[in-house]
Amino acid sequence: MTLNTLRAMRRDPGSFLGFAIVAVVILAALLAPLLPLDDPTELDLKRKLLSPSTEHLLGTDHLGRDELSRLVFGARTTLLMSAASLVIIMTMASVVGGLSGYYGGWVDSGMMMVVDLLLAFPALILGVAVAGILGPSLINVMIAVSVVWWASHARVIRGMVLSARRREYVEAARAIGASDTRIVVFHISRNIVGPFVVLATLDMGWIILGIAGLSFLGLGAQPPTPEWGAMLNTSRSYMQTSPLLLLAPGVAIFLLVLGFNLLGDGIRDLLDPTTYR
Amino acid sequence: MTLPLLLLGISIISFMLLNFAPGDAAEITLRRQNGGVTPSREAVADLRQELGLNDSLPVRYGRWVSNAVRGDLGESYRSGGSIATELFRRLPATLLLAATALALAVAMGIPLGVMAAVKRGTWVDTACRLLALVGAAVPSYVLAPALMLLFAVYLDWLPAIGYGSPKTLILPAVALSFGTMAQLMRLTRASLLEVLGHDYMRTARAKGLSDSVVVWRHGLKNALLPVVTVLGTSMGYLLGGAVIIETIFGWPGIGQFVVTGIFQRDYPVVQGFVLYVAILFSLVNLAVDFTYRWLDPRIHFGGTFN
Repeated sequence: MTLNTLRAMRRDPGSFLGFAIVAVVILAALLAPLLPLDDPTELDLKRKLLSPSTEHLLGTDHLGRDELSRLVFGARTTLLMSAASLVIIMTMASVVGGLSGYYGGWVDSGMMMVVDLLLAFPALILGVAVAGILGPSLINVMIAVSVVWWASHARVIRGMVLSARRREYVEAARAIGASDTRIVVFHISRNIVGPFVVLATLDMGWIILGIAGLSFLGLGAQPPTPEWGAMLNTSRSYMQTSPLLLLAPGVAIFLLVLGFNLLGDGIRDLLDPTTYR
Repeated sequence: MTLPLLLLGISIISFMLLNFAPGDAAEITLRRQNGGVTPSREAVADLRQELGLNDSLPVRYGRWVSNAVRGDLGESYRSGGSIATELFRRLPATLLLAATALALAVAMGIPLGVMAAVKRGTWVDTACRLLALVGAAVPSYVLAPALMLLFAVYLDWLPAIGYGSPKTLILPAVALSFGTMAQLMRLTRASLLEVLGHDYMRTARAKGLSDSVVVWRHGLKNALLPVVTVLGTSMGYLLGGAVIIETIFGWPGIGQFVVTGIFQRDYPVVQGFVLYVAILFSLVNLAVDFTYRWLDPRIHFGGTFN
């Protein structure tokens, strides 16, 4: 993203808000160990389920841990897991979609058959099953989300590569003797990077929801790791006495997903082919 | 992909799932029968032979799939009961929840989308846009406890959990439908705006039809095509969401069954569930394709699926 992109985004309040939310959460996650926060895993049953005070701005949870601290450290878990999943998903989708779209023929039919097959399962159903069979852990949730999520993107990237392949610059590159690898890496990928970034940004929201959802079911983060979905699940038992414990991670998930969606929408509008270049 | 090929693929993936599961089926079965005592190595080996677990992968797949076709999905590791029977017994509850949520999403989303498109640029449109943004960012597992807190704990209007009366259906169905409702609204708006720009809309107006007839009869009929195509995907999304919603509200459907199964390491339950839902989802998609063809006679599928 260039400086111009950011400048243009400032004129659109929606995408600027999205950018601001995402930036604040990323900063908070990065700086979490430096902030004046309690240890998010330190138990103290004497101070359990406290109401908000100047000492604990969002109160404490059922084991006496500072809620604000768990929220901020939870952002690290969520962002790290989601970003790692996104990298795996986009890599798998690029390789499969790229090969499919570029070579066509039986490579394409074979790979798209696998894609169609994966898409025949509702994503969350297969995600729950894969994570469930691998056993509850954050890494397994990441694997589950990646396994079920890459297929639809492979299809989109295949479409992008397919249309790029027929353009004159590819023909020109081939005419001067460029190899297939060189054409894909230097020519095609540079021309589909815009829609690719939009796809990835809009996807962060879905990945965050997926990971937090599986964690909510107890399949992801295991105690005492702070994670928003798991915090939401635990706090349900205390919703009558400490509703804030429920609202805080809920609002955090909502805001972060909203942020990525607004940001994605904003980038998409900027890169729209009718206004692009 | 044709339907038989798709079903074959679905069954292979479902079968392979169990192969990745830790633990040995023979040992787990014996342990259950002996009341938790670790069985002897000979007993496990005998049962493995008896169950055919030593056979090659294709042979085991063939046996599993021929049983599945006859409605036998094996026995639960925990209870020893038939998994197919239990899934079948619980399916109506899940279908009731998912279908109600879909009906709610359609009944709210499409009219709101039409309103937003017709009143484009007004505060109605802005409100609908905001609703769409919120709907895409609030997951059902955040909305459900929030609704529970408001309507069951504070206002005490509706029961928090339970199953049986229409009242218990309201909160789970609303929580499940919200995201889909927002998505259908957004799609209807975009699709109708595009249609409203076409020539035949101007013709309809020119021949003196009132605005409402133009929008509802001529416009919406054409604008609904893209909306119908996503209904299949929506149903899949709702079936997935039902797993979480059923767990939250104690709803006795197949989703709750599978989550319990996961934590008891009852892997055949997970396998049977995946097979069941994937087949159901394929049939829903097939029905959507037929509806689509019926709505738009220009489309011919030539016997292919998807």
